[in-house]
Amino acid sequence: MIRFRKHVIAVLCLALLIALPLGCAKKENEIVIGEYGSLTGPTATFGISTKNGIELFLDNMNAAGGIGGTKVRVIVEDDQSRPEEAATAVSKLIDQDGVVAVLGEVASSRSMAAAPICQSAGVPMITPSSTNPKVTEFGDYISRVCFIDPFQGQMIAKFAKERLSFTRGAVFRDIKNDYSVGLANYFTEAFHALGGTVISDESYSEGDQDFKAQLTVIKSKKPQFLMVPGYYTDVGLISRQAREIGLDVPMLGGDGWVSDELLEIAQGSLNGSYMVNHYWVDDPNPAIQKFVNDYRARYGGATPDGLAALAYDAAGVLVAALDRLRQEDAEAFRALQGPRNDAQKAARAKLKEFINATKDFPGVTGKITLDASRNAVKPAVFVGIKEGKYEFVAMVEP
Amino acid sequence: MQELLQQLANGIAWGSIYALIALGYTMVYGILRLINFAHGDVYMVGAFAAFYLARWTGAGGAGATVGSALLVLLGAMAFCALLGVLIELLAYRPVRKSSRLTALITAIGVSLLLENLGIRIFGADPKFFPQIIPPQRVELVPGVMVTNHQITVVLVSILLLVGLTLFIHRSKTGKAMRAVAFNRDAASLMGIPVNRIITITFAIGSALAAAAGVLVGLTNPRIEPLMGIMPGIKAFVAAVLGGIGSIPGAVIGGLLMGVSEYLVVGYISSTYRDAIAFIILILVLLLKPAGLLGRNVAEKV
Repeated sequence: MIRFRKHVIAVLCLALLIALPLGCAKKENEIVIGEYGSLTGPTATFGISTKNGIELFLDNMNAAGGIGGTKVRVIVEDDQSRPEEAATAVSKLIDQDGVVAVLGEVASSRSMAAAPICQSAGVPMITPSSTNPKVTEFGDYISRVCFIDPFQGQMIAKFAKERLSFTRGAVFRDIKNDYSVGLANYFTEAFHALGGTVISDESYSEGDQDFKAQLTVIKSKKPQFLMVPGYYTDVGLISRQAREIGLDVPMLGGDGWVSDELLEIAQGSLNGSYMVNHYWVDDPNPAIQKFVNDYRARYGGATPDGLAALAYDAAGVLVAALDRLRQEDAEAFRALQGPRNDAQKAARAKLKEFINATKDFPGVTGKITLDASRNAVKPAVFVGIKEGKYEFVAMVEP
Repeated sequence: MQELLQQLANGIAWGSIYALIALGYTMVYGILRLINFAHGDVYMVGAFAAFYLARWTGAGGAGATVGSALLVLLGAMAFCALLGVLIELLAYRPVRKSSRLTALITAIGVSLLLENLGIRIFGADPKFFPQIIPPQRVELVPGVMVTNHQITVVLVSILLLVGLTLFIHRSKTGKAMRAVAFNRDAASLMGIPVNRIITITFAIGSALAAAAGVLVGLTNPRIEPLMGIMPGIKAFVAAVLGGIGSIPGAVIGGLLMGVSEYLVVGYISSTYRDAIAFIILILVLLLKPAGLLGRNVAEKV
């Protein structure tokens, strides 16, 4: 009996511990959303750009009066660029912080670790920039505001074949990364369909320090270009080491290259290479210029990259859906500000419907419409690297 | 042929780094019969020490000279020598009389401490090593390219190895080290300050690990707090392969590890890059447990 009582006390204490932060977290007239991202680790700039983009949007919106007087607060969790940490981070956001919706991640592998958790908890998740098609296949609570890899892969293949007139290419993929493997496959498929050949397909693992063994094999096959669908920290080192062993061909890549650090790591070795991006920072469109200037003013002159822009739009799409909920169902909107109960669950389901119904949302990365699989359909931008600087090359519509 | 030569050239440069780390394992094992699992993390600290030193002295980028690069190298080596001495004094000396298992667990503890302190102090995101020597491409034979960095790595490794061999075989301290390795109690009876010799061994081993860290920063300029784990394990395998306790063995083991890694990645698949180390370890333990240059001696406990 004593033992039993001990257990009961222990359980009660534990329950109290868990309940305490829940009880204090919520304030009147406030909606709490969550964000998980890589604030540290090998893709730290992805997470930091995303966080900046989201905070910029929410702060502007809150300063302008919020959603009809209701403020939106975001709680940010760092997943250290690791999928298993991403799962822990969203679980914490949902169970402990009681967020009503989640924004994140950039990396597809990390989004795929978190998506099933959000789906089963009935919490809408919008990923700003995970491009692997599998991410939204976890269910109707998961959506995205970026284009997907089949489109991106096709565009890179088309660009290589039609614009650069290349027929023999090599692929160098990150075998541990869902994004990279997917993009490599879609590219290869499309490049073959256009009449080109991939003569060498080698792989590395994220975080490797030395790529020369594989690059040597690639060099011996004499490709006209090297397609590396990886992330910037690896890409910078790969391009350097490729030049060091005399593999002097242009490199092509996807939006995983997008980071201001890329050129610094690559030290000039990427000149003549091309990458896909989600928007172009010098686009004269006034909405884009306002975003760029706001961002620069707020973050010490830093230029927003494509990931910051997508994060800004992801927050925008979520807030637009919340606003529609407030207008059409005030009861449900109030439930989102209250405790976790059945009413809130129903409200989240309704919020999800409004997110999925997003149509022609005017984002800084283009007009966002979600299709039946909750993927955004929108154009891609090609950016070239010349003399250590980025330059606009082309805009490609889907 | 060209491709094979290129793989060999790169493998030797990479293997030299393993060799330098393996030397530290082998020296400490030779003297204390202790596998210092924190050694790979000392290598990491060496790379970071050089990173910050190069930043403070402005040795990277445009102002890079051979002198400033040398200063960075020696500075990092000195720093890690001190760290090695501290680790020995604070972690290993107190448990030296306890069982070997205690020492092993302590070593793993020190390793985890260094890794997590590294994350705390340097941050989890990777840093990019400044170019303390401007890179240049050198064509060894037609079609086989290496960089001046890789040549530097091999040259510095050879220099350090020759220096170490001379030190051990010619100097009085070196003789004392060999005596302690042979029989610690007898050496102590002959008036050799055993504690001081052990401290010196740790200092030298750690300085060599730091040198490896700096050389890695030079050729593969991405450094992060967990970078020491894999090279540490591989260098340990290299030391076992060469015959743990044997200095030429560590060098041969390191070079073999580097070259076989390149051949496996180049001709089979990059997914086996890390597996090769463990395959070698298993084979050595099955076929020649004493290693290539090791002698099978009866354990005297």
